[in-house]
Amino acid sequence: MDTRSKHLRRLVIDALEGGGRGHIGSSLSLVEILRVLYDDILRVRPDEPGWPDRDRFILSKGHGCLTWYAVLADKGFFPKEELLRQCRPEAMLGGHPERAHIPGVEASTGSLGHGLSIGIGLALGLRMKASPARVFVATGDGELDEGSVWEGAMHAAKHRLDHLTVLVDYNKLQSYGRVAEVVDLEPLADKWRAFGWAVREVDGHDVDALKAVLSGLPFEQGRPSVLICHTVKGKGFDFAEHNASWHHKARVEAADVARMRDALERA
Amino acid sequence: MRQVAINMVETLARRDPRVVFIGSDLGPNVLAGMKRDMPERFFMEGVAEQHVIGMAAGLAMEGFVPYINTIATFLTRRCLDQIAIDLCMENLPARLIASGGGLVYAPLGPTHLAFEDMALLRALPNMAIVAPADAAEMERLMQASLDWPGPLYIRLAKGGDPVVSRAEAGFAIGKAIPMRPGGEVVLIGTGIMTGRALAAAERLAAQGIEAGVLHVHTVKPLDTEAVLAAADGARLLVTVEEHSRVGGLGSAVGEALLDHRDGGRPRLLRLALPDAFPEGYGSQDHLLTKAGLSVDGIAAAVAGALSPAVR
Repeated sequence: MDTRSKHLRRLVIDALEGGGRGHIGSSLSLVEILRVLYDDILRVRPDEPGWPDRDRFILSKGHGCLTWYAVLADKGFFPKEELLRQCRPEAMLGGHPERAHIPGVEASTGSLGHGLSIGIGLALGLRMKASPARVFVATGDGELDEGSVWEGAMHAAKHRLDHLTVLVDYNKLQSYGRVAEVVDLEPLADKWRAFGWAVREVDGHDVDALKAVLSGLPFEQGRPSVLICHTVKGKGFDFAEHNASWHHKARVEAADVARMRDALERA
Repeated sequence: MRQVAINMVETLARRDPRVVFIGSDLGPNVLAGMKRDMPERFFMEGVAEQHVIGMAAGLAMEGFVPYINTIATFLTRRCLDQIAIDLCMENLPARLIASGGGLVYAPLGPTHLAFEDMALLRALPNMAIVAPADAAEMERLMQASLDWPGPLYIRLAKGGDPVVSRAEAGFAIGKAIPMRPGGEVVLIGTGIMTGRALAAAERLAAQGIEAGVLHVHTVKPLDTEAVLAAADGARLLVTVEEHSRVGGLGSAVGEALLDHRDGGRPRLLRLALPDAFPEGYGSQDHLLTKAGLSVDGIAAAVAGALSPAVR
C-alpha cells in the first residue's frame, strides 16, 4: 500500500473514531476506487462544487461514505475537522451522505438501489443541456439485489448513455455474509452485458489499473459503461478483511481504532 | 380531466423549455405532438416506476420540471421510497399526475384502486397533494403547477365529471375555495366529491337544512385558515372524500381542529371509504354508493347526524 492510500485510510479512521461508528468494511473496499476517481478522472472543482460542467458522482452505496468523506475532505470540499464530528449532534456528516448538507454530494443515498436511476436522470439532463459533464455511480454488490438497479440498467442502455459509468464495488461480502451465499450475482459481467452495457473488470485496489481502464471511457460508443471492481471488504486491515462482522460497527472501541492505526503504520 | 392534464403538459412544454414528460408504458399515441416536436423532452419508460421517479429526480436536479404520468397506485405504493428520498427529501419540483385516483378503476379491482394514496403522500414532508373538482379546474391547476417549488401530486378523476368549479373563483395551490355559503353545516370536499357535496347541499336545502360547501382541492398543504373559518360558524363539519377514512381529507381537517380549537368545536363527520380493501367491482359509482358517498348517501348522512340531537 502506497502513502496516498495509507493517508486516505488514516482519514477514514479519523472519521470512524470521531463518530464512534460506521460502515467500516464497506468503506475500506472503496478507497482506491474513489482515490483514482478524484485524483485522476473526475473533472470537479472543490472550491466551486456547483460548477455546471462538473462530472457528477453518486455514491449509491451510501453506507460506504466514510471513504467518500475522507476523499472529499482531502480534496478540500470541506474542512478535515468535519471528519472528526461525523454522526455527532448537528454535524455536517452523517452515517449516510446528504445532498443538502455536504458540498460535492450530488444525491442523498443510503436506501439502496436509488443512485443509478438518479444518475440516468442527471445524464439525460446533461445531454439535453449539451454539457460535456459525465456521470459516475458507485454501487455495492449486495445493492445489486435491488430490482430497481436492473430497471435502471435497462433504461440506461435504452437511452444510450455512454457518458454514464457504473462502478461496482464487488467485495463479495454483504451484511449477512458471502454474496455468493445470500444471492449469487454470477455471472455478473454477463448480466450487465445482457442488459446492454459495455463491461470491464479490474482489481479495485490496483491504482494503475484503475487509472488505465477509467481513462478509456466510454468503453464503447453508444453504451453505458460498467466497471466491475474486484475488491476486498475491510481492505488494508487483515483482521477486518473478508470479515462480515466489520461490515458495520455501531460502536467502535478505542482498542479497535488503536489496532487499525497500528496495522496501517506497519503495512 | 386526464386529457386536459396531459394536453396541458404539451402546452407548458411549448412555453417552457424546462418541462419534460415521463410516462411509464402508457397507451399508444399519448402526447404524440410533444413526441413529434420535442422528442428530446418526451420519455416513455418501461413498467418501472422506481426507475421513473429516480430519473425524474435526476432531471429535476439538472433544472428540468418533470411531469410524470401513470396509474395512481403504481405512482405511489410502488415507488414510495423513491418519492420520499429522491423527490421529497430534496424538495424537487416533480409533478406526479396520477391516473385513476380513488375508485376510478373499480372493475379492475383493489390492485388498481388508489384509496390510500393521499394518506401515503401526506406523511411525506414537502409533498403537495391536489385533487381538482373537474376538468376546468384541472387546467387552472396545471397552469399553477409550473412554478410550484416542490414535489406535487395531481390526483385525476375518471373524466367527464360535471364541471362545478368557476373560473372567477380563481385557483392557487393550497387555497381552499368556498363554493356555497355556510349555515350550521359545512361540507368540505376534495376532488369530484366537491360536486357531490354541492348536489347534496341542494337536496338538504330542500329539506330546510342550510349547508355550505368548501372545496379543499389541496389536501396538503391544508388551508387551515379556511377550514377553521368554516368550523367557527358551524355546528357540524362534514368531510367528503373518495379515499380511506385513514389519513386523507377527514384526518387532515380533524387534525386542524384538534390543533387549533380547544373547545366549542363543531362535530366532525367524516364521510369516506372504510378502512378496508374495496370489494365489489362494478363501477366507481357503484363502489361510491356502497360506501355511502352517493349524493343521496351524503345528504342522508348529514340529515341523520343533525337529527335529533343537534336540530
